[in-house]
Amino acid sequence: MCLGIPGEVIEILADRPDLAKVDVSGVKRAINIGLLEGESVAPGDWVLIHVGFALSKIDEAEAKAAMEFLESIGKAYEDEMAALAASRIEE
Amino acid sequence: MIDREQQVLDRIERQRRRPAKVREERITLSHGSGGKASHTLVEAVFLEAFGNPLLAPLEDAARLRVGDARLALTTDSYVVSPLFFPGGDIGDLAVNGTVNDLAVSGATPLYLTCGFILEEGFPIADLTRIVASMRAAADRAGVMIVTGDTKVVQRGKADGCYVNTAGIGILEGSAELGVSAVQPGDAILVSGPIGEHGVTIMLARGELDIEADLVSDTAPLNGVIAELLAATSGVHAMRDATRGGVATILNEMAVDAQVSVIVDEDAIPVKAEVRGASELLGIDPLYVACEGRFVAAVAGDQAAAALTALRKHPLGAEAAVIGRVAGDQPGMVLLNTAFGGTRIVDMLVGDPLPRIC
Amino acid sequence: MRFVDEFRDAEKARALASKIAGLCAPGRSYKFMEVCGGHTHTIYKHGLEDYLPEQVQLVHGPGCPVCVIPMGRVDDAIHIARQPDVLMTSFGDMMRVPGSGGNFFDSNAEGTSIRMVYSPLDSLKIARQNPDRQVVFMAIGFETTAPSTAMTLLRAAAEGLENFSVFCNHVTIVPAIKAILDSPDLRLDGFIGPGHVSTVIGCRPYEFIAAEYGKPVVVAGFEPLDILQSIYMLMLQLHEGRSVVENQYSRVVPWAGNPVALRVINQTMQLRPYFEWRGLGFISHSALRVRDEYAAFDAEARFQLPGLRVADPKACQCGEVLKGVLKPWECKVFGTACTPETPIGTCMVSPEGACAAYYNFGRFSRKRVQEVSIG
Repeated sequence: MCLGIPGEVIEILADRPDLAKVDVSGVKRAINIGLLEGESVAPGDWVLIHVGFALSKIDEAEAKAAMEFLESIGKAYEDEMAALAASRIEE
Repeated sequence: MIDREQQVLDRIERQRRRPAKVREERITLSHGSGGKASHTLVEAVFLEAFGNPLLAPLEDAARLRVGDARLALTTDSYVVSPLFFPGGDIGDLAVNGTVNDLAVSGATPLYLTCGFILEEGFPIADLTRIVASMRAAADRAGVMIVTGDTKVVQRGKADGCYVNTAGIGILEGSAELGVSAVQPGDAILVSGPIGEHGVTIMLARGELDIEADLVSDTAPLNGVIAELLAATSGVHAMRDATRGGVATILNEMAVDAQVSVIVDEDAIPVKAEVRGASELLGIDPLYVACEGRFVAAVAGDQAAAALTALRKHPLGAEAAVIGRVAGDQPGMVLLNTAFGGTRIVDMLVGDPLPRIC
Repeated sequence: MRFVDEFRDAEKARALASKIAGLCAPGRSYKFMEVCGGHTHTIYKHGLEDYLPEQVQLVHGPGCPVCVIPMGRVDDAIHIARQPDVLMTSFGDMMRVPGSGGNFFDSNAEGTSIRMVYSPLDSLKIARQNPDRQVVFMAIGFETTAPSTAMTLLRAAAEGLENFSVFCNHVTIVPAIKAILDSPDLRLDGFIGPGHVSTVIGCRPYEFIAAEYGKPVVVAGFEPLDILQSIYMLMLQLHEGRSVVENQYSRVVPWAGNPVALRVINQTMQLRPYFEWRGLGFISHSALRVRDEYAAFDAEARFQLPGLRVADPKACQCGEVLKGVLKPWECKVFGTACTPETPIGTCMVSPEGACAAYYNFGRFSRKRVQEVSIG
C-alpha cells in the first residue's frame, strides 16, 4: 500500500515550515512534511510522497548503491551474452 | 499456458460478446465517461430504440446520402467544468470537437449549429467570452455557425453553461473511411502527445492543488487530416481521442473490426508533466481525454508516408507510429511494456479514478 | 522521472531474470507471495510474470486495503453519507466498491454527496470552506496511510473544527500475513514485503516470519526492477539456506521505520480488539480506530452506524483469492458474473485487486507472448 512517488523538494514554505513544494517531472504540489520532523529537509532533497504527505526521505547513497548493483548485474549479463554470441560466431 | 486457464479466458470472451444490458436503475457518472458503461448505455438504450443502419456503425459521424451529395453529420454536447481552463474554454471545445468528429470521418467540415443552455445568473461577460472563442475557433477551422438556440434554466442547473453543437460536412473522394476497413497489417499512428486536455482539466478543477505548465490540446484537426489524406490513400480509419482516451479508441477499433491491436509503450508520446501528474494521481495517460489528437489506422506500407505528412503540420509535429494491427486475438488490445513484458489494455468501466493504493 | 525510470530498464531486467533462472533447482517450483496491492499492480502492468521462469510463481496476497473492507462497512459509509448535511470525502479507490445496495457512485445518483479527494488534508479544507456541512473522511489503507489520517486528526483538533470527522477503516498488515502463514491451504517459499508500509513500520515486524516460520522476506520497492531484484534476493536466500528479512528498498525504507509516523498513529488511534476482513474473517488486533480522546472527530461516535454484517454473495470466492489459494481465473464467477463492470467481490473492484489486475492487464493467451513481443 502503495502509491508513493519520488519528488524533489524545491521550496520550504516560509510561513508554513511543515509544508514543502515538490516537483514531480515538472508538476508541482505543496505537501506536508510533518512526518519528517526531526530530519532536515531542504531544497534538492528527494522525498517519497503519499496522499499529500512525505513519508520518507530518499537516501541518494542507497539509491546509487542500488543502481550500481543493477548495473553490475547488467554488465555481467551483457558480457555473458557477448561471450555467447562470440562463441556462436566461431563455430 | 495451462488448458484450464485458456478455457476460462475463452468463456470470458464469449461472455464479452453477449449483447449489452444496462443493469443500473439510474444514470451514474460512469455512463458519461466514454468507457464500458457508456458503450453499454448507447447500445442497450439508444441503439435499441433508434436502431437503423445509419446509426448502427456508431462512428464519430453518420454518413448520409442526400441526392448526389455524400454528407457527414455529427453532434456533441459540452459540459466541461471549469468553463475556462489553460489553453481554452468550453467554446473552443464546442467548435473543435465537432469539427474533429467530421474531419476524422474524412469529411470537409462546413457548417455548425450551436445550442446554449444557460443557468440563471450566469454572467453575460462570460457568455461573450465563450462566444468569442467559438468565433475564433470557427474561423481557424474554416467553418461557419449558421443556426442556434438558447435556453435558460433555473439557478442551480446547467453548471453555468452547457453547449451543444452539431456539424455537417461534405464527403469527397472514394475512400470509405471507417473502422470496418481496419485490417491486419495496418499501422497505428497517433498525431501527438496524449492526455494533455484531461490532465489540464483535472488540475484546473483546483481540488488537487497541483501546479503544472500544462494546457489543453484542443485544436481543429481538419487541416492536418486533409494533408494526411492528400499524401496517402492508405488511411483506413481515424478517430479523435476524446473521453476515454487513446485506450478506448484502440479497444473500439479492435472490437468493431474484430482485429487485435498491439502497441509499444515506448512509442507512445507523452509529455513529462502529463506523466508526472499521472504518476502522482495514479492514473494512466492512455485513458485520459485529448481534444486535439487523433488515432489513425493506416495500411502498413503507407505508414512512413503518413507519418511524414503528419509531421509537416504543426498539429502533427510529434506524431508517432505506436503499434500495428494483427489478426489473432480479435477484440484485444495488447501493450508491449517499456520493460519488455506484455499486458492487455482493456476499456475502463468509467473514468480513470485517482488511486492511493 | 528520477528514481523511477532507472528502475524500469529492460536490459537489467533480462539480466536479473537470467540470474533468477540460474538459481532454480531442477524440478523444484517456487511460490512467493506479494502482500501489497501496489506490487500486484506493477507486476501486471509491466508484464513481469513474462520475465520469470515457469518454476517461479507469484501469489497475490491480501495487501489491498480496499479489497478487504467488508460490504457491511461500505453500507455504513453510505449510511453516514445519507445523514443530513453530510459531505463525505473518499479516495478514488473506494468509489466503485459495492456495498449491498450499490457503490458510492450509485449512492450519489440517489442523492448523497461523496466526493473524491487526493489527500485527507483536502477534506479538512472542504470542512473549513463548508461550515454548514458535516464533512466526513472515509479513511482507508494500511499503515502507509494511517499517519496521514493521524496528522489530519491532529490538525482538526488544533483548529477546533466542529464539522469534521473520520470514518476509520485502517487495517494493519502483520496480522494478515500471520493469518496467511497459519492457513493450512498454502505452501509458500517466501514473501515480497510491502515497500511503503515498511517506510512507516520498518522491517523488524517481519522478523518473526523468517525466524519462526522459516520463510525469507525481502522488502521490495514498486518499480519492475525492484520486484525482480527482490525475487532474486529471495531465491538467493533459499539457495544459500538462509531465512532472514532483507531490505531491497533501502533507498526509501529505513530499517527502523518512521518514528514520527508511529508516534502520531499511536497518539490518535488505537487497535480494535478485532475487525472483520473480507474473505479472511475476523482477525484480532488488525485494525485501528480513533482514540477516545479524539472522539469529537470519530464518525463512529458522531453517527449511529447500522453496523450490520453483510455476508459475501455465495458465489464470491474473494477470500480464497486474497489468501492466494485460488488464482483469479480459478474463481467460478471470474469473468462471467464477476467482471469490472459488475464486480461481485472487491478483488475485482479495486484496481489493485488480483482479479481486476488480471482481468484488466493479464488476461490473454500467454502462448502468444513470444509472437507479440517480436513484432
